[in-house]
Amino acid sequence: MNEETKTAQEAISEIEDLYDTDYVVGQDNIEKWGFDMHAPVFPVSAALIALFVIGSLMFPEQSREMLVATRTWIQETFDWMFLSAGNIFVLFCLALIVLPVGKIRLGGEDARPDFSVVSWFAMLFAAGMGIGLMFWSVAEPVGYFTEWFGTPLDTAGFTEEARTAALGATMYHWGLHPWAIYAVVALSLAFFSFNKGFPLTIRSTFYPLLGDRVWGWPGHIIDTVAVLATIFGLATSLGLGAQQAASGLNFLFDVGSGLQTQVIIITGVTAVAIISVVRGIDGGVKLLSNLNLIFAFLLLMFVIIASSLGGFFSNVARTFSGYVEYILPLSNPVGREDTTFYHSWTIFFWAWWISWSPFVGMFIARVSRGRTVRQFLTAVLLVPTLVTVVWMSAFGGSGLDQAAEGVGELAEGISDSTLALFQMLSHLPLTGITSFLAICLVLVFFVTSSDSGSLVIDSITSGGKTNAPVNQRIFWATAEGVIAAVLLVVGGSAALEALSAGAVSVGLPFTFLLLAMCVSLARGLYHERQLIEYNDVLRQ
Amino acid sequence: MYKKIMVPVDLEHTEKIEKALDGAAELAKSYDLPVCYVAVMGRVPNRVAPSPEKFEAELNMFAREQGDKHGIKTECKAVPSVDVPVELDDKLLEAIDDVGADLVVMASHIPGVADKLHLISSNAAYMVKHSEVSIFVVR
Repeated sequence: MNEETKTAQEAISEIEDLYDTDYVVGQDNIEKWGFDMHAPVFPVSAALIALFVIGSLMFPEQSREMLVATRTWIQETFDWMFLSAGNIFVLFCLALIVLPVGKIRLGGEDARPDFSVVSWFAMLFAAGMGIGLMFWSVAEPVGYFTEWFGTPLDTAGFTEEARTAALGATMYHWGLHPWAIYAVVALSLAFFSFNKGFPLTIRSTFYPLLGDRVWGWPGHIIDTVAVLATIFGLATSLGLGAQQAASGLNFLFDVGSGLQTQVIIITGVTAVAIISVVRGIDGGVKLLSNLNLIFAFLLLMFVIIASSLGGFFSNVARTFSGYVEYILPLSNPVGREDTTFYHSWTIFFWAWWISWSPFVGMFIARVSRGRTVRQFLTAVLLVPTLVTVVWMSAFGGSGLDQAAEGVGELAEGISDSTLALFQMLSHLPLTGITSFLAICLVLVFFVTSSDSGSLVIDSITSGGKTNAPVNQRIFWATAEGVIAAVLLVVGGSAALEALSAGAVSVGLPFTFLLLAMCVSLARGLYHERQLIEYNDVLRQ
Repeated sequence: MYKKIMVPVDLEHTEKIEKALDGAAELAKSYDLPVCYVAVMGRVPNRVAPSPEKFEAELNMFAREQGDKHGIKTECKAVPSVDVPVELDDKLLEAIDDVGADLVVMASHIPGVADKLHLISSNAAYMVKHSEVSIFVVR
């Protein structure tokens, strides 16, 4: 054995020791009543969920006041933190794309992807931001243009400049930054799980920093908070979303947007989500995501052609140039004077993306085995951003054109943000068909969020096991629906808004965790790269 | 009478299927048949192994051990799945053809209240219902 081989072998065993743990996936689990659950994460999460729900039902107004005040305080006090962290995540991801670590393959050199590129991509969107894109792609830019609720950098509304600013700022909120937040969590989970063999649960990503302590209380707390953020995020958006979908249905079919319609929507979405989780990733989530991708593409093509092809291309140019022009000033946390826009839009979105990142990140991780770091980040960061440019240019662009040309309700500003999309569609041909398609898309996006969310919560609460009994997924999917319905019926909007504010507030602790995750991931990838190099030496 | 026996195994709970393992081995010995142990493996680290490669190694070792213990010819096959609890039944069904087995020996739980209420499903019952080959359910 020559000197070089010996050094390589020593270096390899030194690095492998760093990731050597005696922890076995599921070792803390209890198998009872047909469940396979992690103790204490499962019981503690379930108890806290019950506690919060009961609390907000008994004191809806007080809890809303308290939790909304907490959220506002967080948004106003830590605004610079959220914004800077978002910038760091984008730079970190871009750096990983170009650095040599980009070649590392998730799951090892011989791993091959489990899903086709198209299905993989459809699932990223369906879990991450499908519903949001449906509701906000018209309302947000038109809102900025018509000075509905703050404008980016206090740009004056109803001007040419306001159009560019509106599209640029909306892109800023839905482009690189949110996807970078998701990518950091997803890549960390995928790497530590597929390459290092740790359980697929949030705590595993901190192993390089905390060592075996992640399997103890620090890890229990991280996982429990992730579960709470996910279930309350999902349940409240299902509840609030049901209100939006009901007002959409009422606008179209005059069915009434009252409690009854809302509860029917929640029940329907939950029922389909349960069928989907029972059918599994391949037969459920993937199928629905692909279906939605097709629907979304059809709707997109229709809006592009019906509103005017020339107009669309000039809007693409506008969105793109607006994004480039505004990304730096809007990412700047120092000396901001556009307080309403800055706090109520940007920081709210940042806290929201971050509080959803455990859920979306974990789902993305689960379906990304076999991709290289570079492929992964390109697909999670750059491709969705480009697709969003096209989507925003079509939907937001058409909305802005109508608003600027004085066509229809949008010209008078946003009356009800949930109706903006339908108001835009109502001035294009075939309104009945397209609005119906849009409502279907919204509902299926709810289902894909709910089922992928249940899979994620199930995995976290069973200590990273993904082969726990199917009953457990049904339990979580049902819990989401029941929480949403009970909050809506008993507590009304106040209770829903309270818990939603609570979920968004979780964005603050998670911002710190995500920053730590970057350090942890950077170390892990650096070590992995070294391992590959030393192994190459041994092979020669 | 038969050509090859397939035994579905759950490496996480081998203690629960000992009776089926022994039964399969007895049959294999009497008729001089090879036994193929089939396990469905996920892509995510689980209790058995931290990666699919190590899972296959574990299964290989398990098949060898069974062969040595009972003095029979053994082989094994790990079937990949992206969602084990859901795809288990169908993957096992496909495996029967893939490994060329014409007899399946598998363990099953004794039906209780949970089965009556349809709270849990039985993998063995599913195999009996959907497979063309003989299934020997061991309780």
